Amino acid sequence: MVSCMSVDSTYGRVIRLPGNRKSPASGGAEPAASFPANNRPTLREALPQRAFDPSATALVVSLLAGRARPVLWVQDRRSIRENGRLHLQGATLTKTPLSILRVEVGHPRDVLWAMEEGASCAGLAAVVGEIHGAPAVLDFTATKRLAIRSEASGVPVWLIRSGDPGTLSAARERWRIGVRPSRTNPDDTGAPGTPLWEADLFRARGRAPGRWVIAHDPDAAHGFRLVSPSGDGSVARDGAPHKDAAGR
Amino acid sequence: MVLARNGTHGPVVHAMSAAAAALGISEGRRVVDIRAVHPDLHVEPADPEGDTEMLDRLAFWARRWCPWTVRDGTDGIVLDATGATHLFGGETALLADIRERFAMQGMAARPAMAPTRGTAQALARYGPPDTICDIADLSDRLSPLPVAALRLEPETVGLLGRLGLGTIGALSAMPRAALMRRFAAMAPDANPLILLDRATGRLADPLDAPPDPRRLVVRSCLAEPVMDPAPHLADLAARLCADLAGAGLGARHLRLTVYRIDGDWRSVDLATARATGDPAHIVRLLRGKTDRIDPGFGFDLLTLESVRSEPLGPVQADLGGGRDPDADVARLIDRLTARLGRDRVRRSGWRESHMPERVEVLVPAMTDGAAKPVKLPAAPHERPIRLLDRPEEVQVIYAVPEGPPARFRWRGVEHRTARHAGPERIAPEWWRDRPGTRVRDYYKVEVQDGRRFWLYREGIGGDGRGGAPRWFLHGFFA
Repeated sequence: MVSCMSVDSTYGRVIRLPGNRKSPASGGAEPAASFPANNRPTLREALPQRAFDPSATALVVSLLAGRARPVLWVQDRRSIRENGRLHLQGATLTKTPLSILRVEVGHPRDVLWAMEEGASCAGLAAVVGEIHGAPAVLDFTATKRLAIRSEASGVPVWLIRSGDPGTLSAARERWRIGVRPSRTNPDDTGAPGTPLWEADLFRARGRAPGRWVIAHDPDAAHGFRLVSPSGDGSVARDGAPHKDAAGR
Repeated sequence: MVLARNGTHGPVVHAMSAAAAALGISEGRRVVDIRAVHPDLHVEPADPEGDTEMLDRLAFWARRWCPWTVRDGTDGIVLDATGATHLFGGETALLADIRERFAMQGMAARPAMAPTRGTAQALARYGPPDTICDIADLSDRLSPLPVAALRLEPETVGLLGRLGLGTIGALSAMPRAALMRRFAAMAPDANPLILLDRATGRLADPLDAPPDPRRLVVRSCLAEPVMDPAPHLADLAARLCADLAGAGLGARHLRLTVYRIDGDWRSVDLATARATGDPAHIVRLLRGKTDRIDPGFGFDLLTLESVRSEPLGPVQADLGGGRDPDADVARLIDRLTARLGRDRVRRSGWRESHMPERVEVLVPAMTDGAAKPVKLPAAPHERPIRLLDRPEEVQVIYAVPEGPPARFRWRGVEHRTARHAGPERIAPEWWRDRPGTRVRDYYKVEVQDGRRFWLYREGIGGDGRGGAPRWFLHGFFA
């Protein structure tokens, strides 16, 4: 069931002419549109919607599931202080535990340097960098360098920018991730149930932006199940962003 | 002063100073007993492994006198000085030189010289100082020594003592057939008859001297002092790698030293995660380090040394044209560690602990064995995906008798609890925590906007371990 819930009509930065309308869920014609099947290695950004929101971490960790090679996880001091560290015992979104190589540095400049070094190392499964705030070194040039390196070496790079309003960036995909109130716990109505996240791809190259409500599902192809925002069950077809009121 | 090692029932004396020996302190006695008699005793922990390593190094240093030297047990060095004594002006002069050179390093040596290795080590330990023994008076010198001088096991010494054989002379006077029958079951290195034969030269006792350690160092002498080492690194690295390849080794620890014209020197060290023989990689690692060298007024000599090397076989390139991903990661670790420091690049290790913050132990990725995967212990309960380094106290605005606070303030923002799960009680680890540490009751709390926090209450009211319980925020659930 494709939900037609009304969310926010100002969403969707890509403007399509009516005659040229192509459904993002048109199956094989545009495989890149299905969530988040686009595994082309490049630089992606995840911006938490609110402070202390670990759903961006959860999304990245689930997308890295099943990788045997080590993951380089780089953090600066401020992001450790603000958001803490990844706790692998709690990162049960992946069936096999991730092998993480942690780099913890003081300055965002060193985060970017370490990420660039990692992005050009083909032996890694992925590089994840966390920078808090919007430091001056994290500019368009720095992100472009990362994107080019990642595309050249084939190592996917994720940048988690907490406390960042969304400044200019050359990331090929920019996600804004937030938590939603979890589903009702069938065993205990007073307790939180299955976590739900809201993933908003607000800028993308080579695919259509979209907005999804997702739940983690270890059996799904990409570790996610799309659910309807109204909370009345799964959507039938994976890969269809729910349409907003404008009918796009 | 005594050195103490750990015995079965507490520390025992491992070695003692001359002053302590004069007070009647002997090896193997318990330190507490001696302290009762001599309260002013100064006790230091012994380091037998360090002593052995030091002796190994000293054995190589002793090759200044002759080419064949080897460490002898835990307290001696054997030198095969055959044909080398005339270089130092004769045997007496050689012994005097040895004693003097050791004294210059602050060590007291008891040298002795004899035609066989067994006799020399026995005379050095039990004979008069500076003994030089000829082949003619070998048995005369040997016979008054106690049988322990033959390096027998303490049980064998005791057995021989019960048989009335206290000295080597008494032992050698016994019929050989009787000794052979009695000790036939013993290993050659503990058999008194064989050891006696070795000491008297009846059996061969060759010296198995280890080969000289190969020092892999290349140097570059410059015609004029320069300030920047960068242009010379490629040449140094290429020559060092050629040497390493010739020896079948790869470098694990490198040291670049510049010798400044004011007579001072500066060096930088760098380590690699796996043995490398690639000059380009070494240059790349060094380049990030050379700006930390203070060149002073310039330097005119550079050396690059492989301080620690490991065997590195020739690596065959992948037929498919692929790259070895492990080697790539090892190189990445090298580069990151060289620039950021050893403690900034770490891998996760695990240990058994109930405390969530203690389960993960970060070990530097450069550590040997850090690369091998260790199984992540399964969590007894749901754990948050992110954990704060230090739990942060939350301000309770509206407490409820059961469960987490209905309203609380954390980092200046007020949150209202919508749903919660818990508690999960984690008791302090009494074997590790200080006495008086309070229990923690953890709750998974979902606030109204959907964020899920991991809160805990420290202590229970009336547990006698402090005032009212406080609330802390420890992590975030996905």
